[in-house]
Amino acid sequence: MSKFYQWINERLELDDAIKFAKKKRVPIFYGTVWYYLGGVSLFLFAIQLVTGILLVLYYQPGAETAFESVKFIVSKVEFGWLIREIHSWSANLFILFVFFHMFTVFFAKAYRKPREMTWITGMLLLVLGLAFGFSGYLLPWNELAYFATKVGSDIAGAIPWVGEFMLRVLRAGDEVTGATLTRFYGIHIAILPGIFTVLLVMHLMMVQFQGMSVPPEIEKIPEEKRKTIPFFPDFVLRDFMVWLIVLNIIALLAVFFPWELGQKANPLVSAPAGIRPEWYFMFMFQTLKMIPAHVLFLEGELFGVMLFGVGGLIWFFVPFLDKKSHMGIRSRFWTWFGIFLVVYIIILTIWGYLV
Amino acid sequence: MIPPDAPELNINQIEAGTFSDFPKGSSKIIRMGRIPVIVLRKKNGDFKALEATCTHLDCTVQFKTDTEQIWCACHNGFYDVEGRNISGPPPRPLGQFNVTLKDDKVIITKQELA
Repeated sequence: MSKFYQWINERLELDDAIKFAKKKRVPIFYGTVWYYLGGVSLFLFAIQLVTGILLVLYYQPGAETAFESVKFIVSKVEFGWLIREIHSWSANLFILFVFFHMFTVFFAKAYRKPREMTWITGMLLLVLGLAFGFSGYLLPWNELAYFATKVGSDIAGAIPWVGEFMLRVLRAGDEVTGATLTRFYGIHIAILPGIFTVLLVMHLMMVQFQGMSVPPEIEKIPEEKRKTIPFFPDFVLRDFMVWLIVLNIIALLAVFFPWELGQKANPLVSAPAGIRPEWYFMFMFQTLKMIPAHVLFLEGELFGVMLFGVGGLIWFFVPFLDKKSHMGIRSRFWTWFGIFLVVYIIILTIWGYLV
Repeated sequence: MIPPDAPELNINQIEAGTFSDFPKGSSKIIRMGRIPVIVLRKKNGDFKALEATCTHLDCTVQFKTDTEQIWCACHNGFYDVEGRNISGPPPRPLGQFNVTLKDDKVIITKQELA
């Protein structure tokens, strides 16, 4: 073993990596648990990668084949149902944990100097995660997916100036057809993973080089008085333990709460009653439902798109807008802004499911 | 990434079915080229044909027989049986088509040709 390690070490300089990992320390305080959220998101992404590759072996994109191939996977392929369930559940949990991760980073003000770019890459990863969800949702080619894609791409079509172009690029034409499905498949399994991996590497490298951020009040404690544990092996082992728990939760969800395949998409069928998007788009869906047909001189649809666009941009650039955070001061305004956003998302999501 | 323009067959008239396919209070969605059209028969026996795509966010609408309204399930938009947007987020009325009955056949025609 030692000879094998030596052989590898001479070529990959593992000693330096271990030395670096051992040198890195993880702060111990009331918020240490937050540090697991990013790692869990990473683990869930890895699960999706593995299960996604397995699904690709049987999935056949195309309006005439997609639904049937998913049906074949879940009914005929050995453990196919389990792979699909794990893929779907880990995708949903991925978004959930990314949201948790983002909000804990936000409230801990971990986006402040010098970690602005870590926040930006994280936000881009979230956008890509949502794009993964949106593109993957269409792939079973069922009724819900069909109308969700119609609505989602139409929202993109409402963006001023570039909307029509985006709509055509997304749909691969004017309508949601088999061509859209093939396009979404390509986006889901090739384009998004490629961009995501690059951004993920950047994000993780920044986290490793800059170390774990602590909230401003912890930062004020002299470094020698702060409690820490080594990243390797202590924190890494704890990380693995949390991942194991998450894996068990996914297994339970996959077995006891399977995702329905529903009815095959049919462009000549009306949108069914009770149609809803994935839960992470629910607050936007409910907002769009509430906006009247016209707001001032704008159509409600355009107003909604502009509302989310401006809100998203503010959230994206928060590290540069929250000037107080650079001085290690918690800005009340931005904290309340975050609380408002969390409360808004929760209330509108619940409301969306109730009505 | 930009899809090439696909030539579209210019269909101006289509047969939606026979008179007996439409009992009072029923509806059917057909396609006129790329456009989905909802053909419905009101309780009083009159026919109506409207564009079936919601003017809000592109979902396909349905006819609610009990209230004689057209409903979009996606964002709870309502139109009256004439296609006028009456509540919810739809910003515009539904497009209109003409319905003619010829030898027991229900014929749908684009309105500008009537």
